[in-house]
Amino acid sequence: MYEGTTPRTAVPRPLRVLPAVLLPLALLGAACSAPGSGAPAAGPGETAVSTSLGTGKVTLQMYAETGFPLAKALADEFTRQHPNVTFKVREDQFTVLVENAPRVLAGDNPPDVIRLPTMVDLVKDGLLKDLDPYADAYGWDTFPAAQLAQLRVDKAGQRGAGPLYGVGLGYSVTGVFYHKDLAKKAGMTRPPATVAEFEDLLARAKRAGVQPIVQFNKNTAGVNFPYQALQNQFTDPAGVNAWIFQKNGATFDTPASLKAARTIEKWAKAGYFTKDANAMDYTTMVGDFTEGRGLFMFNGDWESANLDTKMPGDAGFFLFPGERPGARHVAMSSPNTFGVGARSKHPNEAAFFLNWLHTDPKARRILVDVGGSSPGGPADLPVPQAEQGTLLASTLAASQRLAAENGAVDFTANATGSIFASAITPELQKLIVGQQTPEGYVKAVQKEYEKELSR
Amino acid sequence: MTAPTAPARKAPSTQSPPHPPGAASRTRRRTRWNGWLFVLPALAVYGFFVLRPLLTTFQYSLYHWDGIGPSQWAGLDNYRTVLTDPDLLGIIGHAFVLIVFFSFVPVVLGLLVASLIHRVSTGPLGTAARTVLFLPQVIPLVAAGIAWSWVLSTTGMVNQVLDAVGLGRYSRAWLGEFDTALPAVGIIGAWVMLGLCTILLVTGMSKIDPALFEAARIDGAGAVREFFAVTLPSLRREIGICLTVTIIAALASFDIVYISTSGGPGTATTVPGLEIYRLAFAQRQVGLASALAVVLMLLVLICVLPIQRLSREGK
Repeated sequence: MYEGTTPRTAVPRPLRVLPAVLLPLALLGAACSAPGSGAPAAGPGETAVSTSLGTGKVTLQMYAETGFPLAKALADEFTRQHPNVTFKVREDQFTVLVENAPRVLAGDNPPDVIRLPTMVDLVKDGLLKDLDPYADAYGWDTFPAAQLAQLRVDKAGQRGAGPLYGVGLGYSVTGVFYHKDLAKKAGMTRPPATVAEFEDLLARAKRAGVQPIVQFNKNTAGVNFPYQALQNQFTDPAGVNAWIFQKNGATFDTPASLKAARTIEKWAKAGYFTKDANAMDYTTMVGDFTEGRGLFMFNGDWESANLDTKMPGDAGFFLFPGERPGARHVAMSSPNTFGVGARSKHPNEAAFFLNWLHTDPKARRILVDVGGSSPGGPADLPVPQAEQGTLLASTLAASQRLAAENGAVDFTANATGSIFASAITPELQKLIVGQQTPEGYVKAVQKEYEKELSR
Repeated sequence: MTAPTAPARKAPSTQSPPHPPGAASRTRRRTRWNGWLFVLPALAVYGFFVLRPLLTTFQYSLYHWDGIGPSQWAGLDNYRTVLTDPDLLGIIGHAFVLIVFFSFVPVVLGLLVASLIHRVSTGPLGTAARTVLFLPQVIPLVAAGIAWSWVLSTTGMVNQVLDAVGLGRYSRAWLGEFDTALPAVGIIGAWVMLGLCTILLVTGMSKIDPALFEAARIDGAGAVREFFAVTLPSLRREIGICLTVTIIAALASFDIVYISTSGGPGTATTVPGLEIYRLAFAQRQVGLASALAVVLMLLVLICVLPIQRLSREGK
């Protein structure tokens, strides 16, 4: 250091740091206006709606969920059929995707096709393209109305009605996977026909020294699968959907929700969930189930293809039963939603792709074989059959049955952008270890819901 | 060490100018601004990447904003929420619990281990011990978090050891239970920080004049007495640095918590760093997240500045 060699005291000391203060302030100057005031407007000019793909070379940007090969498989097949269209696929874990989606869609190079997390906030910020013109042009009114209803958002931010903002890459169904060998040990001869029968199986498994349920509950509440499975049976599913779709006056604080919470508490106390459920993540759960460390796993058909490979012939699947024998089946079932960015440079090509995957025979085959889910689309198109006796065949059958009984409910976790992270997950973690009461659980979820809607 | 700077701070009037006054002041002015010219590139980078984000964070904290759409002026609303919301206060509280594990445990253990190593520091044993202790510093925290969550899982090593020695009834999901999760995260942090503290303290000890130890021994001091009379006071600066670094790590912890527990179960291990990230990116409350970030920065300064001052005193 060479301090003191230059007499530099002519300026009072505080003033000497002036440049250090002024420079960043000057830099800040550019960002002085209120945040968000320079938010992007609609897009690079409206493109006229067309159902023609054209012959020019186009690269579609796709933003999809990692760990699920479906989107990539469909993109590859599309390029094979239409070589002028190629895809640039970017993948992220779903939670990362949820967090990134708004900024990516608002950025300079927004994706043309994007896996959508909850969509209300994105619609409010004008980040998604209204697909109604394409629905008209392609005649998507031949799709079962219920298939598209949950992808509609109206001006007030309510789902279920209003313009269409997405379509599904496969329409998933959830239920209960069971391990056949362990089921024998527990004396299970057929899938349970009522909730009471299911509970009886849990008790018998426990007595036989078999872990009844293997369910993750770490970073995202996996126990919400059995919770909502119960909640669906105790009430009219329309009420649950109304809450998810943010209909006026809908509440989570209902006798059905409370009864479901009490049942979960009872199951937890009885040791039906693994002791370390709160420290178990999704991957561990699937791994433990395939290795035979639990009889039941509440999960969705997206795992059927994987389980068919990992434990061929060893696992079965059933829709969660109702309270009375023969009751209509109700299950969480939602599309693997994809939408088009409001500022997409190739909306026509993106919409062409979305229409193609619902109607092209090869695409529908991929949706079944790779995605493990029903392909949806026009009601009169046949559903490709899966190999007899596979788990895939039983989840597909379950999905068709649910559609026939009109028993599909969306996931409560999708009700608002962060209800899952800020209420359902932490409160369910508390509930299963006795740190939260069933009454407290129901009220806490509703309180957070109201807080988020008021923002 | 820096040269004494006092003479330079005297008023120029006390010095006789070698040139006519006008020329002198011009030279002085030029030299003064020349100095800034040298600093300018670094300052520009620092200003753009550190000060500017800091100021924009403060600006955002005064708005209700979802990160994309239009924002609304909030005044001090977000700060009021941070300072009154029981959940957020609890989360800040967790950071202070972690200070015990991230700071005090590594510093105390580090002193102990360092004095042991110092005594054998010349042999290969000392080098080996130092290497082993410093290893956690080279392992990415994310990897450490993953490895520790295996060790602490129900089928992990900790529970296996407990089973093996007949203490199986104490085995549990350490990171998954409400009463053990935060201490378990703390232990991971203590493990990470111990190496850094030990190495710093060993280095500090090697700088102590051996004559001091000799004198103490001649006066009849044993190992303990020697430690409290000679070693500890001489390590004031190093301990200060250890505490500063580890307290900042505790208050700003994110990666270990994110990987090992994601803040759960419930919010038992949620710390401000994690909550800021969640509020900003998952819940899209950029204003509130920024306010919490500003409060966290102030907390870090409040905790660290006195330590800086105390550790310098008497030097």
